[in-house]
Amino acid sequence: MSDTTHKLTVKDLKSDQEARWCPGCGDHAVMNAIQRALIELDIPKENFVFVSGIGCSSRFPYYMDTYGFHGIHGRASAIASGVKIANPELSVWQITGDGDALAIGGNHFIHTIRRNVDINIILFNNQIYGLTKGQYSPTSYKGFVTKTSPYGTVEEPFHPGELVIGAQGKFFARTIDSNVKLSTEIYIQAGKHKGTSVVEVLQNCVIYNDKIYSYLTDKDEKENRQLILHHNEPMIFGKDSDKGIILKDNKLKVVKIGENEITKDDLLVHNAKEINPGIHLMLANMQYPDYPVALGIIRNVDGETYDYDVNHQMEEIRAKSDINCIDDLLNSGNTWEL
Amino acid sequence: MNKKTEVVERDEMVIRFSGDSGDGMQLTGTLFSNTAALFGNYMSTFPDYPSEIRAPSGTVGGVSGFQVHVGHSEVKTPGDLADVLVSMNPAALKANAKWVKQGGVIILDVDNFDEKGIKKAGYDSNPIGKEFLDSFIVVEAPITSLTKEALKDIELDRKSILRTKNMFALGMVYWLFGKSLDYTENFFKEKFRKKPMVIEANRKVLKAGYYYAETIEALCPYNVSRAKIEKGIYRNINGNNAIAWGVLAAAEKAGLNVYVGSYPITPATGILEDVALRRDLGAITFQAEDEIAGICTTIGASFAGKLGVTTTSGPGLALKSEAIGLAVITELPIVIINVQRGGPSTGLPTKTEQADLWQVLYGRHGECPVVVIAASTPSNCFKYAFEAAKIALEHMTPVILMSDGFLANGTEPWRIPKMADYPDIKPPIVKEGRKDWQPYARDVERLARTWALPGTRGLEHRIGGLEKDALNGNVSHDPENHEKMIKIRDEKVERVVNYIPDLEVEGDEENDLLVVGWGGTYGHLITAVNELREEGKKVSLAHFNYIRPLPKNTGDVFRKFKKIVVCELNLGQFANYLRMKYQEFKFNQYNKIQGLPFTVIELKKNINKILEDK
Ligand SMILES: Cc1ncc(C[n+]2csc(CCOP(=O)(O)OP(=O)(O)O)c2C)c(N)n1
Ligand code: SF4
Ligand SMILES: [Mg+2]
Repeated sequence: MSDTTHKLTVKDLKSDQEARWCPGCGDHAVMNAIQRALIELDIPKENFVFVSGIGCSSRFPYYMDTYGFHGIHGRASAIASGVKIANPELSVWQITGDGDALAIGGNHFIHTIRRNVDINIILFNNQIYGLTKGQYSPTSYKGFVTKTSPYGTVEEPFHPGELVIGAQGKFFARTIDSNVKLSTEIYIQAGKHKGTSVVEVLQNCVIYNDKIYSYLTDKDEKENRQLILHHNEPMIFGKDSDKGIILKDNKLKVVKIGENEITKDDLLVHNAKEINPGIHLMLANMQYPDYPVALGIIRNVDGETYDYDVNHQMEEIRAKSDINCIDDLLNSGNTWEL
Repeated sequence: MNKKTEVVERDEMVIRFSGDSGDGMQLTGTLFSNTAALFGNYMSTFPDYPSEIRAPSGTVGGVSGFQVHVGHSEVKTPGDLADVLVSMNPAALKANAKWVKQGGVIILDVDNFDEKGIKKAGYDSNPIGKEFLDSFIVVEAPITSLTKEALKDIELDRKSILRTKNMFALGMVYWLFGKSLDYTENFFKEKFRKKPMVIEANRKVLKAGYYYAETIEALCPYNVSRAKIEKGIYRNINGNNAIAWGVLAAAEKAGLNVYVGSYPITPATGILEDVALRRDLGAITFQAEDEIAGICTTIGASFAGKLGVTTTSGPGLALKSEAIGLAVITELPIVIINVQRGGPSTGLPTKTEQADLWQVLYGRHGECPVVVIAASTPSNCFKYAFEAAKIALEHMTPVILMSDGFLANGTEPWRIPKMADYPDIKPPIVKEGRKDWQPYARDVERLARTWALPGTRGLEHRIGGLEKDALNGNVSHDPENHEKMIKIRDEKVERVVNYIPDLEVEGDEENDLLVVGWGGTYGHLITAVNELREEGKKVSLAHFNYIRPLPKNTGDVFRKFKKIVVCELNLGQFANYLRMKYQEFKFNQYNKIQGLPFTVIELKKNINKILEDK
């Protein structure tokens, strides 16, 4: 139990249930980073609510000693929206998988983002259905071979960032399970952001889709393949910090500093606060090997939230109305006495 | 009123307004019924409209009707057959002539009985003057041309002028029933406050109709005198409105606020709309992206401490099934309102039916018990919505409340209750500081678990769709625990029986025949049974509002009758449910499934048949 004088620790956040993910599953690291972030948010423990759908990742709430709701497949955004709208004081976190959020729950996902309900959606993207033992997901690349696609899939994947921005998302970040430090920073910002925050976590499923992100985590090459974005800083990457991103012919382009008279000053400076999502979309869609993969907070703009607006509207109307109780209501309008 | 003409006193009268769906028949009917109610008549109304907003004009498919039954004594149905039919065009006549009593009055707008109109309605030639109309008093009124004539000095466009012709018909009907024009004139003053020209036009046409009826001397006026009604303040209410207010009332008595998460669907939408107006009472409505989000946000809001309500009709209920299971296993107190319409699939979306009973009782995976109750009149939708919420909150269980298209749209006068006469509702919310609290510990009588709201310090806990340990609520795959939990959830719903009233019998408690009904058919069944009793027949009525659990004394009631007949608007779903529960009785059936309510005539005929059967 927490009390007001005591600062929350990671230990306070662990429930008495042992995490049952496979040893080596990326989900362990994600939980670790989220717990580290929560203790920095200055929110009392009883105000955290974790809501999930169904999937390996969605078991998450059981392992947290907070309020938790393990829902049904695909519907976590809806349940979480209900919790937040009912009580905007709560800090609501949705844990979801690529199948949960983007296949069966795709409709709720985009509408929650469009409404900008102030919840934090952590999307565990392992490009596979883990819990049901390895079928392709809406983020699996075209041609991906699984038990339900023995000859390779014939459909294009969703890019979560593109979907978020298409749904008028105001906060989108990407991180990778193994980078706990970056992840923690991102979760802290997601928690602070007012409105729907979506964090896509590139998560390794050791059992059914192992090493799907190894090209990104490769010790020797990762700096060359990741672009870690920081607000107001130039887009530099590479082992020797010698590569960068410029805008040319309305497209992003990878350049080498020093080549073709390119200097650091020519590079794009990341502006996560830009309302126009054009560059954010291009950044979110960068793919290896043509580009480095963007990590960090890609988009973070302010906007009105559904939960605040609806509750605020209620207060305003309440203050003006003559109807203050049910007896008033029943006797309002057209009545007659006999 | 015309003093020369003799007034015919009638105990009750049925008036049916019919026209194109753009002719404003719903408004005309509503204005008439409000006037009658204000005057002090009993009344019951039933709108009957096509599912297309503007079906091809002039066709039978596009006809919209509104029936009003006014009475000097209590009327409980909108009436089977009309004493007066207003038909604004040939199609309206074609669709409605069969619903008029022999000797009844039919008022026609003859201006629309031109070749084109006649053909569109599907008549071979002009029906006026045809034999089938001989048994009625047909008033051939040039309504359209007289409307234009009345407004010739008013500067209004043609379309707006034509739009007032329903007021001409209404004026005629007001004269016919000796009713005052005041209410209607005031209505226009309010509604068109910013358009004095439109007020004036409607007033003029209304009066023109009134004087026209007086002048033609083709009609003799009727009087349905004031009823002896219990003193009090009254209002008109339809079932949807009553449900909306019933859940709001329950929230007030529970010290909570309402959250309604819904997706629009006929005929349930009115509930969402009516609650949406009540931000002033702390209600939040959420128009979701689909029915699944409707119920799932409701479950989330309920977890966080709202009185969670989701409203829908059959197709939407189907989408909610999986989530109802989630509410059952998490034991959250949500109210699910199902306003039935004709099915399956899109079926007859604007028509009434009672064929969702099995879906509500059984349409889920796993052992998934919920409490099921059914309202039976437009105004008692208030009481049963209140009751549904009370049971949900005090027993920590989802409750499904059944209504139907007939109750949803039908109106009747309602004596406004005082909230002081309603009981308090006491949800088992746990407060901070409770020692050794367990999420799934229960009170011994109801078996309800407690409700710990997020934000309460020290009561952090997890709930969800996986089977729960019977005490601490942790995930449990233990076989015996599963069976135990299945039985507890079932028993919890069954124990609601200790908190509901006994089944009542209307008529003698021991008799030849018991007529059994449930839900929205009450008005027709009680009218038929009462009339049969007056004719000396040995019949009684038992009408069910509590479907699961059934009232405790159900078997005792059945035992005292020689025969039982279950009447319902489906193929026998309630009858079969009763057969399963009470195998010792023989249940006869009378079923109708045409998207229409019963008529009293057909009920009497069929009840008589069963009485006579050896
Ligand atoms: C209505 C419904 N359909 C299907 C399933 C089966 N199912 C459970 S989890 C899942 C996919 C999980 O994949 P993802 O969301 O990516 O989560 P992961 O396990 O990879 O973390 C499926 C298909 C279900 N539980 N419910
Ligand atoms: S199957 Fe994959 S995603 Fe699921 S717990 Fe194991 S490693 Fe993690
Ligand atoms: Mg997955």
